[in-house]
Amino acid sequence: MNIVWFALLAIGILFAVFTGRVDETTDAAFTSASSAVELAIGLIGVMALWLGIMRVAEKAGLLQFVARLLFPVLKRLFPGIPREHPAMGSIVSNIAANMLGLSNAATPLGLRAMKDMQELNQHKKSASNSMAMFLAINTSSVTIIPMTVINMRVEAGSLQPAEIVGTTLVATCISTLTAIIAVKLLQKYAPTQDLLETDTDPSTETGEDDNG
Amino acid sequence: MVDLLKDVFREFGNWAILLGILFILAFAMIRKVKVYETFVEGAKEGFTIAVRIIPYLVAILVAIGIFRASGAMDVLFSALSPVLQFFGFPAEALPMALVRPLSGSGALGVLGDILLEHGPDSFVGRLASTMMGSTETTFYVLAVYLGSVGIRKGRHTLAACLIADAAGIISAFFICKLVFG
Repeated sequence: MNIVWFALLAIGILFAVFTGRVDETTDAAFTSASSAVELAIGLIGVMALWLGIMRVAEKAGLLQFVARLLFPVLKRLFPGIPREHPAMGSIVSNIAANMLGLSNAATPLGLRAMKDMQELNQHKKSASNSMAMFLAINTSSVTIIPMTVINMRVEAGSLQPAEIVGTTLVATCISTLTAIIAVKLLQKYAPTQDLLETDTDPSTETGEDDNG
Repeated sequence: MVDLLKDVFREFGNWAILLGILFILAFAMIRKVKVYETFVEGAKEGFTIAVRIIPYLVAILVAIGIFRASGAMDVLFSALSPVLQFFGFPAEALPMALVRPLSGSGALGVLGDILLEHGPDSFVGRLASTMMGSTETTFYVLAVYLGSVGIRKGRHTLAACLIADAAGIISAFFICKLVFG
């Protein structure tokens, strides 16, 4: 993340200087910064709504029920998460919201899942294997019905706006499968902690990091 | 026919949300959960999470904003397009492939452009639509999700996600070629 972030900024700034687009680029920096805050503040209401509903679903035992149904699949993907842990329920609810294309419901549920997985994480400053798996599945987005895209195609006057559902489904399945394989392969080569960094506790070696 | 489809798909999301909420609350009432108190207790977390992701959002959106406004993104596109055209990948769909992992609203803008310019039922239009639906805004999601729990080292997360994005884009291309080509 450090390298990517630095590269985006450094290349952008050097480019701005050489192409004489310093003014526009400076503007873009400030407007992006304030729109980031607007975005986050704008999330509060929706976030509160979904986290509230989610808590109710959890108290009623609904999430646990769904998670238990899917446990045979989940335990292979997330071997670091115990069967009855709330993380299973929140992961399932986020993936379900994503599948249905309900993106504004998916974010709060996903952040909740991260919080639940952080409880199990041995090294609080670095991502656990479960988190990497969850994020990879999430960003490869298993969408069953890409509603936003269909709506845009309708607006553009498409004769068959939904004809891309099939191709999208195949592409998204391939990318999700690739994501799962990539995480499983790469996690062996990604150290769970940076030895040069002193703010993590080197004595904790067990738990989530052991799975392969 | 088109209008009907439009309604069905537009309404589907709203119906799913409302009926989902009703179902959860009704189920909880049957299980004798104090729905109101429980809802409020869960909702409290919304504020903290939203505020906690602000610094991460600023970092990622400013970097992308600068990269785009400086013209670096355009140069990257033109540098890459001969390579991709060699494989038969249409240059018009390239911005979609590159913007999609960086910015959701940017990608929507690009898709809108492509649909207007080439038509939704053209090959490029169908390919861009498929790409839009089959990948996510990886950088944004990683920054926000990891940031919300204070994680600084993503380890192999970014690499795995980018590999998956590439696989999504490449498979979108081949499937579209197969089906619509």
